[in-house]
Amino acid sequence: MSGKLKIHVDQDKCQGHARCKSLAPELFNLDEFGNAHEVGDGSVPAGLEDKAWLAKANCPEIAIEVTEE
Amino acid sequence: MSDARPIMPEHPPVTDWVHDFDHTDPRWTENPFPIWDELRSASPVVHTDRFLGCYLPTTYEAVREIAHDTEHFSSRRVIVRDVRPETTGVAPPITSDPPEHKPAKQLLLPPFTPDAMKRLEPRVRAICNELIDEFIADGKCDAAARYTKHVPVRAIAHMLGIPEKDSDLFIKWIHEILELGIRDDDALMRAVHEMSGYFAGHIEYRKQHKTDDLISTLMNAKDKTGQPLSDGHVLGSLRLLLIAGIDTTWSAIGASLWHLAKTPADRERLIAEPELMPTAVEELLRAYSPVTMAREVMKETTISGCPVKPGNMVLLSFPAANRDPAVFPDADKVVLDRKENRHAAFGLGIHRCVGSNLARMEMTVALEEWLKRIPEFRLDPAGQVKWSEGTVRGPRQLPVLFGKAG
Repeated sequence: MSGKLKIHVDQDKCQGHARCKSLAPELFNLDEFGNAHEVGDGSVPAGLEDKAWLAKANCPEIAIEVTEE
Repeated sequence: MSDARPIMPEHPPVTDWVHDFDHTDPRWTENPFPIWDELRSASPVVHTDRFLGCYLPTTYEAVREIAHDTEHFSSRRVIVRDVRPETTGVAPPITSDPPEHKPAKQLLLPPFTPDAMKRLEPRVRAICNELIDEFIADGKCDAAARYTKHVPVRAIAHMLGIPEKDSDLFIKWIHEILELGIRDDDALMRAVHEMSGYFAGHIEYRKQHKTDDLISTLMNAKDKTGQPLSDGHVLGSLRLLLIAGIDTTWSAIGASLWHLAKTPADRERLIAEPELMPTAVEELLRAYSPVTMAREVMKETTISGCPVKPGNMVLLSFPAANRDPAVFPDADKVVLDRKENRHAAFGLGIHRCVGSNLARMEMTVALEEWLKRIPEFRLDPAGQVKWSEGTVRGPRQLPVLFGKAG
């Protein structure tokens, strides 16, 4: 088994394309300007790992970091 | 000021695309994809002396570099034209650079979040069905003139709080600004003045009457210092929303229907797998991105190793970036379930399209409602598809027949 995943949205890079929210609504929230933030501390619940990688792979601003703990 | 208001002669046909490209050439209008491939294999950045000097980044990476570089590239002119009159009629935030850009953009963002779009969605669904009701019994229609054009105009009118019946007026102004305006400064200025007069009336009305719409939201917004926006700022933003919100989405919906009309396998798949729609919409946006933006070079720099000099414009082709095979395998194929798709259809960097969530919702709803009511359709062999000229590309005439062939 690999370690747990953690995600983080870099606020300097995010431009509010909202692709992550569309692909992984459980992992991202949008603020009033439509910019994305990871839910909670960014820990990815078991079973949602693929969605975390998918969100990262579709972010046009390369603003999403995914790390394995 | 632009007292001379020149109307430029027709452009000579292009014989050397790499050194003399012209995005108004009829061959570019009809089918730009092989031209972009040729330019991309020549260099990541090419140049033409036309339009008083203009670069075209041809790769995703070169487009990304320029879009992120607000130090060397200004947004004060966002259309590449034959003339470069003094910049008037600004439309913040699209024509703004840092530091003015961010506060102007932040005013516009809250009304366009995905949640806000969900609230608008039922009206857009109703608009689509009202339009389809008008032509479905005919067994055919020009989908560009009867459907794709009207969805975004009516939706944005609804959001702004102006009569949906004024749609034809908006469509006329947009044609004069974005298409005729490339060569005819007079047509452009006339349209801008008419549009400003129209919106000035709506602003005045709201000074006396309370309304719950986007015009009022803008009028009630405060800038960083707590002051209300000037009428000029409100007017500029309204012009922007109308211009940017209509023929762009018109084009995206139209190009998608064009693709589905000639690709029965994709059409059948979308009907069989409706859950594929969000992914498919992103792929259609990638493959047929309508919007090419522009920048003006302010300081000398290099982009992807190519020298770029001030005094030139840049045609910032997000559509060409989205066809770069270095980033998108099978870039020239529409792959409805493409998993990795960092397309730049809505731009990259600080100028990311403020209406991207609106455009996606309109595209999704317009395709869903069309496919529900008209699951079988094809290009009408007796008609001709016509594509718009200029920096927003989409079908302006799209004759289709309903039902199975034969």
